[in-house]
Amino acid sequence: MAGATLRKAIQVNSNLQMADFIQHLHPALQALIRVVLFVMPSLMLVPGIIWWERRLLSWMQDRIGPNRVGNITFSRTSRFVPSFLQGKKFRLFGLLQPIADGMKLFFKEDITPSAVDKVIYFVAPALALFPAFALGGTIPWGPYGFLTPVADVNIGVLYIMAISSLGVYGIVLAGYASDNKFSLMGGLRSSAQLISYELAMGMSVACIVMATGSLKPSDMVTAQRGALWGLDFAPFTWIENWNILTPYGLVAAIVFGVCMIAETNRPPFDLPEAENELVAGYHTEYSSMKFAVFFMGEYAAMFVYGVILCTLFIGSWHLLPIRFAFMAKQYPAFGDVWNMLDTLNGSSILAPVFVVLKAVAVVTTYIWVRATLPRLRYDQLMSLGWKSLLPLAVANLVVVAIWIVASRVASPIMGLAAVAVSGAILYALYKAINKINVHERPNFASREVLMVDEPPQTREVELVEPAAAAS
Amino acid sequence: MGGVTVTPELLLFGGVAGAAALCAVGVVAFNNAIRSALCLVVNFFLLAFLYFTLNAEMMGITQVVVYTGAIMVLFLFVIMLLNLGGLKLVTEKFDYKRYAGILLGCGLFVVLGSQILPSLATIQARQLSPDLAKFGGPEAIGRTLFTSYVYPFEAVSVLLLVGIVGSILLAKRRL
Amino acid sequence: MNGVPLAAYIGLGMFMFTTGVVGVVIRRNPIVVFMCIELMLNAVNLTFLTFARYQMATYKSQVHMEQSLMAGQMMVIFVMAVAAAEVAVGLGIIMAIYRLRDNVDIDEMNVLRG
Repeated sequence: MAGATLRKAIQVNSNLQMADFIQHLHPALQALIRVVLFVMPSLMLVPGIIWWERRLLSWMQDRIGPNRVGNITFSRTSRFVPSFLQGKKFRLFGLLQPIADGMKLFFKEDITPSAVDKVIYFVAPALALFPAFALGGTIPWGPYGFLTPVADVNIGVLYIMAISSLGVYGIVLAGYASDNKFSLMGGLRSSAQLISYELAMGMSVACIVMATGSLKPSDMVTAQRGALWGLDFAPFTWIENWNILTPYGLVAAIVFGVCMIAETNRPPFDLPEAENELVAGYHTEYSSMKFAVFFMGEYAAMFVYGVILCTLFIGSWHLLPIRFAFMAKQYPAFGDVWNMLDTLNGSSILAPVFVVLKAVAVVTTYIWVRATLPRLRYDQLMSLGWKSLLPLAVANLVVVAIWIVASRVASPIMGLAAVAVSGAILYALYKAINKINVHERPNFASREVLMVDEPPQTREVELVEPAAAAS
Repeated sequence: MGGVTVTPELLLFGGVAGAAALCAVGVVAFNNAIRSALCLVVNFFLLAFLYFTLNAEMMGITQVVVYTGAIMVLFLFVIMLLNLGGLKLVTEKFDYKRYAGILLGCGLFVVLGSQILPSLATIQARQLSPDLAKFGGPEAIGRTLFTSYVYPFEAVSVLLLVGIVGSILLAKRRL
Repeated sequence: MNGVPLAAYIGLGMFMFTTGVVGVVIRRNPIVVFMCIELMLNAVNLTFLTFARYQMATYKSQVHMEQSLMAGQMMVIFVMAVAAAEVAVGLGIIMAIYRLRDNVDIDEMNVLRG
């Protein structure tokens, strides 16, 4: 009984008065409400992500990191402090550090070099921030259709691809307008990188589009609520068909994840701003608030890409991939328990929180990758994009097509078998092609650095007689 | 044009179309190639908006993906690459040929406009029924592309392949 | 769009097309010339979509309306594909010429050899 009341309390009912009220407003006003409710709060998380990155990174690198800003210790003796606060300590673990940084940047002198292309120089930071703000427009945040997404259009995924492809303009134009060699190089690198990785990203999204049969993100979420791999017997019907749990979806998710890191110019793909080669890349000439805008755009894009990955691959707002609603029907003995769990798992007001949690998990992976991997060389970056990720994504597309045909014509099991067989064939093909290429590749031999137990090699010193050298 | 009533839609169209026309002029008028390219980007973006108003939302979004997302980035890339190589901007000199060209263009516009536009001024769009309105979406486009238009589609794919091979052949110093 | 006559869209397309023509004639920077060609192609695209949407008014049967709506969009897809191929090859040619002659002024490309 208590469970039922609790369930009622946290369940979002689309017949609420609010839903009614919102649905009777002008469409533009509705969209505005949705933006204010879901897109803006997601951007409010950006300082938190900056703090999280700095703390986690310092932990991984055995440092302490920013842990002071926000701590308050009240005086034990002052007369101006109320008695109940005297001597109390409040710790915020440095959470206010990003805000302090923001204040610092805001009050710094805003220098505009005299040789810059003024108009473009001022427009570029805004253009860099725009995609991060606009990307979230078609992503659903929870099970309540009247509030989210901002626009549930039938071209939602294409919209995401279109907006993310606009991200390059801010960087390229900043690089050009700064009238600085390093900035220009950064801009050039960035445009080449983004064009290359956009392709693989589009291909990996196309896999999911094919498997779902729709370009609507909300349809993709619905498709991930079915039984695992489309099978209809016991252990598989309990589990939701999250794309990342399917073989092709896993490959697509990996490709998407790598491309996502490249698209946001994060390490190890941060060649446009590689500080030991290009000073600071495209934002070398930017200072004060304009630099802060670039910075914020990068972190906001990171978070929003995390939300996209979560929506397309990791089951969106369900916390666990378990079909509690189905189990309630199948095993009615514990019906109440299952229903309760189902509500907790997804259809409650906690749904957006789960989305945020998953996105933060993705961002944490970003940070982890940053702390682990060294920066790629430029040719490595290009060959990774064109020679590894793109063929992988295209092969994955072929596998998805075979899976769809096989499971429609025969059965889901046959579909899985077809996936296994076609995957094996493609892998064998890849190996065969690699074998052809291997002997005619004039690669630079990689230099091995041996660090253990190697006896120091004695080098033959060539002695030259001084007399012979002089003559 | 006296019979035209001013609706909010007409005003919106006027704003967007005016901005698009201005950007088109900017492409030709700016001496700086980067600025021309930026004008073109804005123009394509506004055109995508106009496609949306014509119930062709799939085309609108494809416009953004293909033109502003890929083709214009390629343009910017090449312009900057040439800049990096120390190329000074090509100086534009305005001799009589250029003025003749501008006059020719104006004449073309006047002739075409005066002959074609008056007969079209009264035609209004018909309201689309819901089942016709979905013919701008991805489903209808995919179905038509792979049934009635499958041969042109394949021909275009061959063309794109030739384009890829050709551009690699041109750009690579030694194969 | 209610209340927007066909002439408005066609006029915009026409204006963009003429601007493109003028640009091709008067500009000397080959990249800008390319951009003007893109402008012309887009003017044509706009015209295709506009006629696809407006010509429906003259048809009676559902099938004809559908065909009219689709034909314009199909043409736009093909034009976009051709434009993409053209840009890839064209920019490749410009880069090749630049590498060969250190100059990309169109007025000085008057010999058909390297």
